[in-house]
Amino acid sequence: MRHAGIDIGSRTIELVVVNDGDILSTRQTDTGFDPMAQAGELLNGMDFDRIMATGYGRNLFEIAFDAPTVTEIKAYGMGVSALIPGARTILDIGGQDSKAIALNDMGAVKKFEMNDRCAAGTGKFLEIMAKTLGFELAEFGSEALKAQDDLHINSMCTVFAESEVTSLVAKGEDRRAIALGLHQSVVRRAVGMIKRVSSEGPIVFAGGVAKNPCMRRLLEEALKQEVLIPEDPQMVGALGAALLSSRMKT
Amino acid sequence: MSEQYQSMWKELGLNLAAHDMLLEALGKGYQDIYLSQKERPEGMGYFDFVLSEVHGLRIKELMDEKAAGRKVIGSFCVFVPEEIVRAADATLVGLCTGADFATEEVEKILPRNTCSLIKSAFGFKLGKVCPYLESSDMVVGENTCDGKKKSYETLKDLVPNLYVMDLPQMKSDEGRALIQAEYFRFKEAVEELTGVTIDAEKLKKGIAIVNNKRKAIHRLSLLRKADPAPISGLDALLANQVFFYDDPVRYTDSVNKICDELESRIEKEEGPFPKGTPRILMSGCPMAVPNWKLPWIIESSGGVIVGEESCVGERGTRNLVTDGGDTVDDLMEAIVDRYFKVDCAIFTPNPDRLAHVEEMFREYNADGVIHYGLQFCQPYIAESMPVEKSLEDKGIPTLRIETDYGMEDAGQLKTRVEAFMEVLKP
Repeated sequence: MRHAGIDIGSRTIELVVVNDGDILSTRQTDTGFDPMAQAGELLNGMDFDRIMATGYGRNLFEIAFDAPTVTEIKAYGMGVSALIPGARTILDIGGQDSKAIALNDMGAVKKFEMNDRCAAGTGKFLEIMAKTLGFELAEFGSEALKAQDDLHINSMCTVFAESEVTSLVAKGEDRRAIALGLHQSVVRRAVGMIKRVSSEGPIVFAGGVAKNPCMRRLLEEALKQEVLIPEDPQMVGALGAALLSSRMKT
Repeated sequence: MSEQYQSMWKELGLNLAAHDMLLEALGKGYQDIYLSQKERPEGMGYFDFVLSEVHGLRIKELMDEKAAGRKVIGSFCVFVPEEIVRAADATLVGLCTGADFATEEVEKILPRNTCSLIKSAFGFKLGKVCPYLESSDMVVGENTCDGKKKSYETLKDLVPNLYVMDLPQMKSDEGRALIQAEYFRFKEAVEELTGVTIDAEKLKKGIAIVNNKRKAIHRLSLLRKADPAPISGLDALLANQVFFYDDPVRYTDSVNKICDELESRIEKEEGPFPKGTPRILMSGCPMAVPNWKLPWIIESSGGVIVGEESCVGERGTRNLVTDGGDTVDDLMEAIVDRYFKVDCAIFTPNPDRLAHVEEMFREYNADGVIHYGLQFCQPYIAESMPVEKSLEDKGIPTLRIETDYGMEDAGQLKTRVEAFMEVLKP
């Protein structure tokens, strides 16, 4: 039986179809302003028997497509355990939220922390900061890694950080150094969250922000251990939902 | 309820247009959150009525009492001893808070990083929409947290009949001496306000009325140990909230009636949620009407709340005044003993509270604890971390939530609460 998982995030939607634990296909699109229309388009032409939804748009999807749902937290736990068996700690930084998840030795969620209403320290923060400094989002991390010095950024709030960045630019600071400082501030926050749940390895970093090489480097430095990143870190939630669907009793 | 009470509200000096808006929002919230619940006990009909008349009939009753020469005293805290107020044949009412109102006006006189509860109380005053506050002959502020005690300095200019009660911060002999002295001073103030001299007989009567009210709501709490829980957490919270507004004798009867009904539900294993639903103990800051956000999210995310370790809940009601003798002094000592046991987070250290959380977790057969901290409520937020650590060290799953009265974090809260349910029942 073919099971699909769909992860409707604030920035992107991912779809994964599995059969007997093997990934048959993956798809991704932008969430845009009409997530259900985008989700419908993503499903178009895909062949599967059952589907489970996760991500912040899961409840909308539940109503529109009459599908069961699971939280991103459980879905990420499942997805990571399937890709990296034995993983004990997950950091997931997505478009508008960040989570640290501790898994037990069976791969089940033991404890988690999640940012509250504010998008400080998430993908959105990095996106706005990249724009403020005139970087493409895709090159933001690699450019930050080229910095000669590290600047300390105090503000975590996007609005405050933007004015802090503006004043650093006005002082003539190198924009790469500012970028590195911004990455450091996100990492400080993420490490605090990880340490509140667990810091037991192996630690897996997933979600869209895991594609940023500077984040990985700084995390490894701060945690003093290797941080593993799945091949496609944005697909983890959808994969987890698909696998949970296949485990669901009918 | 509007038409018939317009002149009364006008006389109290309420802003009628703003007050109409408030009642409309309250009614809609009640409809969406309360009346949409399934399998409610029939006895909750009484509380539906009380809530629908919370600014109407109940205020009319208070106005009638005032016309008959009795006094109304308003309070913001469970440390204000209702026994003393009752002994003087006066009525104690909880004052309005629990919803954001006139926030922009409030932030002109209070720091923005003041908790929602305090800001809300000020908002109801500045917006002129709390008939309880406006009908109070005396408003009692109490020195609990810094936020409250400093804000009373500002409230004094808005509420001329404000009386401030000092409270200790340590459970020491000196602490007890302070609360004792303050309760005697309060007794004198109440006597002066009402013109009633409180003798032993009157004080005994006051104690009996309030004890009976506490016994009834505690009885309701104990019935929630059953699986399935015979009543939703939202409904039980409402009963705990109305504790602060209603006529105490009528309230006691109504709660006891619900308890009779719940006992027969337990026998038949009936309840609003099926057996095996994850059972949540809420712990932390008080929730005043209409602050139903978090309980609503919990009970619409697959959980059932089986207890509140809160001032609007067991912390405020678990202890009774023991029969303390035949003189006013002896009875006053018994009252002091009772209130000095309240394990509010303003006390340092405060080990009793943690012990009570653990005790309630076990006795109410809970599966997990959700700690509710109101943003900027320093005492409870500070305790939330050691409470979480201590519970988790004992293998008790705990979720720490920090939020306010706003709805903009409802989506994120729902994700966290649902994920917590998944941890409890994987």
